[in-house]
Amino acid sequence: MPNTTNILVCGIGGQGVMTATEILSEAAIAEGHDVKKTEVAGMSQRGGVVTSHLRFGPKVLSPQIAPGTADVLLGFEAAEALRWAHYLKPGALALVNDARLVPPVVELGLFKYPDDPIGEMKSRGVRTTSFDAATIARDLGDLRLGNTVMLGAIADQLPFSAEVLLDCIVKRFARKGEKVVEANRKAFAAGRAAAKAAAPAHA
Amino acid sequence: MSGNEAVARAVWESGTRVAAGYPGTPATEMLEQLSTYPDLYTEWSVNEKVSLEVAIGASMMGSRAFSAMKHVGLNVASDALMTFTLTGAEGGLVIAVADDVGMSSSQNEQDSRFWGRFAHVPVLEPADSQEAYDMTRYAYELSEEYQVPVILRLTSRICHVKGLVTVGERVEHKPKGFSKNAERWVMVPGHAKRRIPLMLQREQELKRLSDKTPLNVLEPGTDRRVAFVTSGPAYMHVREAFPDAPVLKLGLSYPWPMEKVSQLAEMADTLVVVEEVEPLLENELKAAGFAAHGKDFLPRIGELAPEVVKPAVERLLRKEPAPAPEQAQALPPLFPRPPTLCASCPHMGVYYTLSQLKNLTISGDIGCYTLGAGHPWNSLDSTICMGASMGIALGMDKGRGEADKNKKVLAVIGDSTFMHMGMQGLLDITWNRGNVTILLLDNGTVGMTGGQNTPANGRDIRGQGAPRIDFRKLIEALGVKPERIHEVDPYQLPVLFKTVRDETKIDDVSVIITNRPCVLIEEFKPFKPYVVQEDKCTGCGNCVEVGCPAIHVTRRDRVVKPSGKEVDLAFTRIDSVACTGCGLCVQPCAPEAIVHFAPAGQVINIQPA
Repeated sequence: MPNTTNILVCGIGGQGVMTATEILSEAAIAEGHDVKKTEVAGMSQRGGVVTSHLRFGPKVLSPQIAPGTADVLLGFEAAEALRWAHYLKPGALALVNDARLVPPVVELGLFKYPDDPIGEMKSRGVRTTSFDAATIARDLGDLRLGNTVMLGAIADQLPFSAEVLLDCIVKRFARKGEKVVEANRKAFAAGRAAAKAAAPAHA
Repeated sequence: MSGNEAVARAVWESGTRVAAGYPGTPATEMLEQLSTYPDLYTEWSVNEKVSLEVAIGASMMGSRAFSAMKHVGLNVASDALMTFTLTGAEGGLVIAVADDVGMSSSQNEQDSRFWGRFAHVPVLEPADSQEAYDMTRYAYELSEEYQVPVILRLTSRICHVKGLVTVGERVEHKPKGFSKNAERWVMVPGHAKRRIPLMLQREQELKRLSDKTPLNVLEPGTDRRVAFVTSGPAYMHVREAFPDAPVLKLGLSYPWPMEKVSQLAEMADTLVVVEEVEPLLENELKAAGFAAHGKDFLPRIGELAPEVVKPAVERLLRKEPAPAPEQAQALPPLFPRPPTLCASCPHMGVYYTLSQLKNLTISGDIGCYTLGAGHPWNSLDSTICMGASMGIALGMDKGRGEADKNKKVLAVIGDSTFMHMGMQGLLDITWNRGNVTILLLDNGTVGMTGGQNTPANGRDIRGQGAPRIDFRKLIEALGVKPERIHEVDPYQLPVLFKTVRDETKIDDVSVIITNRPCVLIEEFKPFKPYVVQEDKCTGCGNCVEVGCPAIHVTRRDRVVKPSGKEVDLAFTRIDSVACTGCGLCVQPCAPEAIVHFAPAGQVINIQPA
């Protein structure tokens, strides 16, 4: 379907990949789109690879994004972004949290974690914007804000205004009080700024 | 709404009175969601067979009933299904069965549509959340009109996909009440023989319905090269890949609408059946004389996503395959990220212990603890199906020859799997005087599917207090001697090690129960996190062998010992955000370098690597 927007969100179990995609889909629903969202999660609750496919437009058929057709990739972990980069359309943008989460099989010395996953993506010709969402969140006072930082980073890559997405985040945290809402507003703004600052020069 | 949520909503709206199931990916959320609705009885049953029997009982009373399970669950429940199809349903009865196509979380891949043909019952196959809702509503009408249990066949790509759904409100359904009728409800041979013709007649009527029902839609297209017969999520994939081709979309996918297939076959030069998993309909069409294609060029396993269907069909039509996007070419060789046990998982101590013992053959079972087969423990030698660890261990004991004479046979099983189908196996072991040491890992929940309640934690599906099973008494009643039953703390490695070693030496059945809760349920209370003192770490790497995801290697080295032997060193740190202080890594640490986090003034790096 030509008018369908495909967003691929990837990371590992427990990072908030599914929640972030849920909020993105709420924004797409608010904009009046038909929306389908699907996950491919590993069998354990934590630590496995998680990818979340979000497709929206006038009418969405298959919920799955085919390799080479994603409009934007939101990566919660550096090596995972590299793993799924081939899902992007040629020339499409990857927004990546450069945190590295190293699994036990690597710690055991059975496999190697790439030295520079972000660099590898760039050398493969993927337009890549990377930033440190965890540090941004921690500087704002709470590691859990990392999810909202990531959403801020993607906010200017959507076919609707960033405010629509921010509204959905605010709605979600409204019952937790003004303080939490304010912290999330700041995290959202910080994520937007970080993505802008790190945008590739030739973009 | 996800497909599972949509089914639950429709079950509730249909006035269903009783809903039962056993957790299993991707089916779990149907019952979970139903338990949040008022005005109906819901339960987690101990296994799928019981859950279907509970639903059957309610149907006999004239109430609408529901049973949900994953594909392998219907293998267990099939005994009830194969006879219930003879008596037929009174109150509408819908069985939702979820196939794990692509095997994200199962021991095999199965095609549950076969049960339709095998049990002579109709199969409905939704293609998205809205259809899951609509077809569930319809399934109750169909079930009552034809007095037949209806199978709602779902796949992961229905259960876990979220889409927009228009819903309605609950309409109460008054049960007619039970009417005694031994010829219908008591299936002895004399009665059953008279029910079989009725069942076959019902199937003929359903066949006629299949050609009439709007659920089986013939969509004429403009691209006359190829026509498709398809169902479920595969329909969406076909439509995505070939938007202009004629398609027969099956909603009522058993019995098959043969007249509609004939009409479709007239519409194009080539007829292709796109069905996930088995060539069920394809073979049927070939037998009926259609020149159908399918598994001769489409994969037999996994999902038939657009990027799978499109190039395959184009190859079939002898056209050049679509040029693959540049980036899809060479994939980077990357480390795998297999699922891991959580930090502080009580199973970790068990597998660390088993990995330190030699000459064991370990029969495993289904649950998070199946991960014990992976690194670094490699301590599980077989897994087949729910509860199988018991019987297989006994068979290993009785079947061993000279080569395995001196090995000890162990079985590892979780609390919920034990109650699902393990109890009978244990009884078989004691009755037949097997020599097996059983580790019953009681973490008080069904862990792998997200922490559902079980008789082991004394809460029902709605979280209300319920009778709690006493494993010690149960195991004793199943014939294990009281002195051979031990309850141990899996965080106490020396005790665990000694108990396993001692019990495997004794020629009798022993059961060792571990008693720490799953870290994802409310009973788990985190302890103070630990940290590695950098100056004391000698790089021995013992803590890495525990397999905890919170332990990371900061530096590797290789030294030559005075003996001339080369030794690899791994210096570590603990991610104090992830650590919940179980202390498993503290115990094998030779230089005692692991201490509680944050003594005053100490600076600790808590960043991810």
